Amino acid sequence: MKHGRWRFLAGALVPALVLHAVFVLSPYAQAFYLSLTDWTGVAGEARFVGAGNYARLGGDSLFLDAVRNNAVMLVVVPLVTIGIGLFLASMMHLGGRGGRRAIAGSGAYQIVYFFPQLLSLVVIAVLWGFVYNPNNGLLNGALRSVGLDGLTRSWLASPSLALVAVMAVLVWSSVGFYVVLFSAAIDSIPRELFEAALLDGAGGWATFRTVTLPLVRESVQVAFVYLGIAALDAFAVVQVMTVGPGGPDGATEVIGLSLYRNAFQYGKFGYASAMGVALFFATLTLAVLALRSGRRERLELA
Amino acid sequence: MTLTRERTVAAAPPAPGRRARRSPAAFPVHLAMLSWAVVTALPLLWAVVSSFKTDNEILNEPWSLPASPQLDNWSRAWTQASIGRYFLNSVIVVGGALLLTMLLGSLVAYALARYEFRGNRLIYYVFVAAMFFPVFLALVPLFFVVQQLGLLGTYPGLILVYAAYAVPFTVFFLHAFFRTLPGEVAEAAFMDGCSHSGVFFRVMLPMARPGLVAVGIFNFLGLWNQYLLPLVLNPDPDRYVLAQGLAALSVSQGYRSDWSGLFAGLTIAMLPVLVAYVAFQRHIRAGMTAGAVK
Repeated sequence: MKHGRWRFLAGALVPALVLHAVFVLSPYAQAFYLSLTDWTGVAGEARFVGAGNYARLGGDSLFLDAVRNNAVMLVVVPLVTIGIGLFLASMMHLGGRGGRRAIAGSGAYQIVYFFPQLLSLVVIAVLWGFVYNPNNGLLNGALRSVGLDGLTRSWLASPSLALVAVMAVLVWSSVGFYVVLFSAAIDSIPRELFEAALLDGAGGWATFRTVTLPLVRESVQVAFVYLGIAALDAFAVVQVMTVGPGGPDGATEVIGLSLYRNAFQYGKFGYASAMGVALFFATLTLAVLALRSGRRERLELA
Repeated sequence: MTLTRERTVAAAPPAPGRRARRSPAAFPVHLAMLSWAVVTALPLLWAVVSSFKTDNEILNEPWSLPASPQLDNWSRAWTQASIGRYFLNSVIVVGGALLLTMLLGSLVAYALARYEFRGNRLIYYVFVAAMFFPVFLALVPLFFVVQQLGLLGTYPGLILVYAAYAVPFTVFFLHAFFRTLPGEVAEAAFMDGCSHSGVFFRVMLPMARPGLVAVGIFNFLGLWNQYLLPLVLNPDPDRYVLAQGLAALSVSQGYRSDWSGLFAGLTIAMLPVLVAYVAFQRHIRAGMTAGAVK
C-alpha cells in the first residue's frame, strides 16, 4: 500500500510539475534576468547592462504614454464598471418588495447583461471597431438618425476621444459579469436587515449606503482587483481596434502593446522584458494594496 | 466554500406569492434595466443583422434591415476567408488543452488535498503563485522556450502551453473542492482493495463532478478566447485559431472592404458561444462567478 501511494503521488504530480517548470516557472525566472541584458535574440549575444533598460524606459515617450494610459484606465474602468454594476444590481432588488426580492424579470436581464463576458476580446474589439466606424458605424448612424449630426465623430481617430472609446468598450464588456456577482452578494444578505431598514424609514439610497454597500464590500474589492488587472492589460482591444495600433499619437498605447512591439517587431527582447518586469510590479502592487485594505475589518453576520 | 453557498442559494425555492408584482419604484427601475439591456444587445444584434446585408446596404444604411438576406456572406466567410479552418483549429487546440488541463489539474489538486507528505504546501504554492504573474512577463522567454523545443506554430505546442497556463487556477479551485468531499467513501474503497488511482478515477472524480463542470466551463471559455498566446506562439496562418484569424481578417478585410464577409465571420465566431450560453446559462454564470469569488 505504501509503495502504491508514492507511485500514485509521483504519477499525479510529476507530469504537471514538469509542464509547469518548463512553460511557466522558467520563462518567468528568465524574464527577470533578460531584463538586465541587451539581448536581441541572437544566441550567445546577451550583454549584461544592469539597470540600463530600466533607465531607458524613463526616457521612452511612447512607453510613458502607455503607462499614463494604463494608469487612467486603472482608475476609470473599475470605478465606472463597479458603479454601473452596483447600480443595476441594487436596482434589481430595490424594485422588489421590502427592498429585498429581485424584481420580476431580473433573471432575464442578467442573462442579457452577462453575454459579452463570454466573448473573446478580439470579437468585441472587431465588433466595436464597426460600431465606431465614422461612416457606416452604428454610433454615428444613430446620432444621424436622431438629427444630432453635429455630434458625430471619428471616435478612434481623434486623440482626445480614442482612449475614452477604448475604455467604454472595456466597461461595456464587463458590467454584466459584475451585475451577476453583486446581485448574488445582495441575495445572500439576510432579509431581516432590509426589513429593519425599511421599518426605520430608510429610503432607497439610505438602505443602499448603510445595508447593501457594507455587506457587499468583499465582492467590490474582488471586482477592483479583477478590473484593475484587466485595465493593466487591455492589449487585445487596443491592438485589434485602434489605428496604428496604439491610436493616434499613442493615445491608446498600453504597456502590453509596447512590450509586444519591442519584442516581436523590433527584436529588443531585453528591453521588452524590462517592460514585463515593470508590469509585474504594477500588478503586484495592485494586488497587495487590495488585499491589505480587505483585511481591515470583516462584518460578522450572526 | 463558495460552491456550497452557491448551491444552497440556487436550491432555495422562491417563496410562492412573495414575488413582488407592483411597487412604486418599479417603472424607473425597469427603465434603467431596459436601457442597459439595449446598450448590451444592440451592437450584437446589429452585427448579426449586418451579416445578412450587402456591402452597399452596410455602407449606406447602417440602420436598415437587409432587403433580402445574403446567405452568401456566410459561406464566403466560412470558406474564402478561412473562418471554417480557424474554427477547426480552435476546436482541436482548445479540446486538447482542456482535456490535458482537467486531467493534470484534478490529479494535482486531489493529490495535494487528500495526501499528507513533506513539501505538499510548497508544491501547492508553486502552482498557485503563478496565477499572480502577468502572462506578459513570461512572453519573451516563453517564445524562445517553445521555439527551442521545435513546437512553434504546432498544435502540440499550443496545447501544452495553454494547459500549462490553465492548470494553476484549476488546481486552486479543485483543491478547495476536494477538501470538502467526505473521506468515508474513499476509505471504504481502499478497504475493498481499490488502488490509489482506482479510488481517484472511480470514486473521487465522479464525486467532484460539480466542481469539474464549473472549472471546466471556466477553462473552456478562457482557452477559446485566448489571443495573446497564439499571437506570439502560432505564426502559421494555416494554424490560426479563431480569435487570431478574425483579428488578422479584420485588418486585411479592412483594405479589401468585404464588410459583409467580415460581419458574417464575426457572427460565426459569436454563434457557438451564444448557443452554449443559451443551453447552459445557469451553470456558466454560477461557474464563472464562483471562480471570481474564490
